[in-house]
Amino acid sequence: MSATDIAYRPVFVGDGKAKLEALFPKYPTRMSCLLPALWLVQEARGWISEPAIAEVAGVLELTPAYVKGVVTFYTMYHTHPVGRHFIQVCTTSPCNICGAEDVVKAFLQHTGCGELGNTSPDGRFTIIEVECLGACGFATPVLINDDFIEGVTPERVAGILQGYK
Amino acid sequence: MGFPHPSHAKETPVISRYFGDASARTFDGWTKRGGYEGLRKALGMTREQVVEEVKASGLRGRGGAGFPTGLKWSFMPKDVTKPHYLVCNADESEPGTFKDREILRWTPHQLLEGCAIGAHAIGAERIYIYVRGEFTVEHKILTAAVEEAYKNGALGEDVFGSGRRIDVVVHRGAGAYICGEETAMMNSIEGKRGNPRIKPPFPAVAGLWASPTTINNVETLAAAVHILQRGATWYKGLCLGNPKSTGTKLISVCGHVQRPGNYEITMGTPMTDLIFEMAGGMRPGRTLKAVIPGGSSVPIMTAEEIQGCQMDYEGIVAKGSMLGSGGMIVMDDSTDIVYQVMRLAKFYAHESCAQCTQCREGTAWTTRILERILAGHGKPEDLELLLDLADNMTGKTICVLSDSCAAPVVSAIKKFRGEFEAYLSRSRQRSMVTA
Ligand SMILES: Cc1cc2nc3c(=O)[nH]c(=O)nc-3n(C[C@H](O)[C@H](O)[C@H](O)COP(=O)(O)O)c2cc1C
Ligand code: SF4
Ligand code: FES
Repeated sequence: MSATDIAYRPVFVGDGKAKLEALFPKYPTRMSCLLPALWLVQEARGWISEPAIAEVAGVLELTPAYVKGVVTFYTMYHTHPVGRHFIQVCTTSPCNICGAEDVVKAFLQHTGCGELGNTSPDGRFTIIEVECLGACGFATPVLINDDFIEGVTPERVAGILQGYK
Repeated sequence: MGFPHPSHAKETPVISRYFGDASARTFDGWTKRGGYEGLRKALGMTREQVVEEVKASGLRGRGGAGFPTGLKWSFMPKDVTKPHYLVCNADESEPGTFKDREILRWTPHQLLEGCAIGAHAIGAERIYIYVRGEFTVEHKILTAAVEEAYKNGALGEDVFGSGRRIDVVVHRGAGAYICGEETAMMNSIEGKRGNPRIKPPFPAVAGLWASPTTINNVETLAAAVHILQRGATWYKGLCLGNPKSTGTKLISVCGHVQRPGNYEITMGTPMTDLIFEMAGGMRPGRTLKAVIPGGSSVPIMTAEEIQGCQMDYEGIVAKGSMLGSGGMIVMDDSTDIVYQVMRLAKFYAHESCAQCTQCREGTAWTTRILERILAGHGKPEDLELLLDLADNMTGKTICVLSDSCAAPVVSAIKKFRGEFEAYLSRSRQRSMVTA
């Protein structure tokens, strides 16, 4: 047993259980509640660990292997811990031709993350490039946690980061 | 209107009329602006009458394929022996497209009204609205609007006293472009990996949980509101080009234009009006090089090809591309076409669900070959190899993601071959260009 197993606190108890049960009438099968249930886990714990996968599988009457297969298909579910602030910068062609790669460089520089996917030494930030965020007219859009920020330029990056301690 | 810019005289703002006006976002705000009149009218009609009205309007799907909406609705079984479902596709993730997001965040009740009309027309009691996971703000706004609609009787067990039950469930995606494909979306709602399904069976026969299902794009359903409110004849009259393309279309214009934004045009409007007048043309000192007119999955057009091109389904096909989702990517002379085509191929390689060999391997190979060319290690036979790969990726897979990767590659090699050859002959290097 690893340390995470021992420390694992179930998500679907008390309030968490009520939130899960509120999903059931919305779908005709338990399996259909999987994506929303995984969102509940990520909101509560920041990422989806192996024991969390087992817990979800248990409450939805699925196998852990099945749940893992679904978790890993979707890019927004974190399968390992990330920084306190998760930064996603769009670099797909429409944003790319408007200078998105320079925005990524500015974020890497100002956060000390060094590389994409790495968490900064202070645990504050993780940065990734994402594909089209559906806001191409507002190049470059950046998603920091749940905040959707439009029109980010390299010059704005330092100021934006000050809002995320 | 050209949100975030003021409306342009050449626009026809119908769906976009209240973009930017936060007071239109609430139930009261929407009702004051004539909202929910279309739904009330629809509820006073039979299912068949609503379908006929939408058929007569000429409305075609705004999600990309342009399939006639009334006809699609008519495929749903007349006898409701199993539950019927409507799925609203709010997964908007086709590069270049950002129109549905504005409908969601400014006029969520416009969408709910359209959804309820659609549900009535196909005999569905339940609607799933699939919102892409990254639309965090839009998800909150929509969820609040759903709650309000229930409180005001626009949703629930007896919609506006008609005896009709219509429920809405907002389902949040979790990051996967492929879930915008209709059968992948159904799998995703069912709690599965977002793999597209083999058709047939078509969704109207066996969709969500093997029940009859219709999937429509956000803009399609929003258009239905106005068709019900103002009539099919009015809608059909909005046409400047081919009579098979009617109504208005939101065009998201992005890239190297001075005023990127969403412009609502009457079908058939000249493409040059859109780029040079509404969107303000190129930045000073720059000239137009290329346009991808319908989201990244359609062939690229040259500056010459857009001359005389009418913005409707047939007009763009006549010029060798497609209207698609209406996401227009404009590139000026600073653009490195080879690099941007590589970036698009990389997008498709990242988003392939990997079920089909041609797509899984083809999107990855295409990206690697383009990267090699850009790095100055291209081989003389690489262009033929790319075209051969593209041929193997077209028309041979479960869904058209594979074809979508091939389209920009093939068209770019055909129309901008010189740029590829410059890399191959080492007369050009990546550091010499800007974007
Ligand atoms: C790979 C792929 C991605 C798609 N993404 C979207 C999307 O994000 N939004 C959308 O409305 N349709 C998308 N579609 C089209 C849908 O499959 C479907 O045709 C559409 O939602 C039908 O609605 P409509 O008839 O109202 O256009 C996509 C199709 C494919 C093949
Ligand atoms: S074409 Fe690509 S995305 Fe579509 S089903 Fe096949 S592998 Fe998946
Ligand atoms: S390409 Fe960046 S938001 Fe669409």
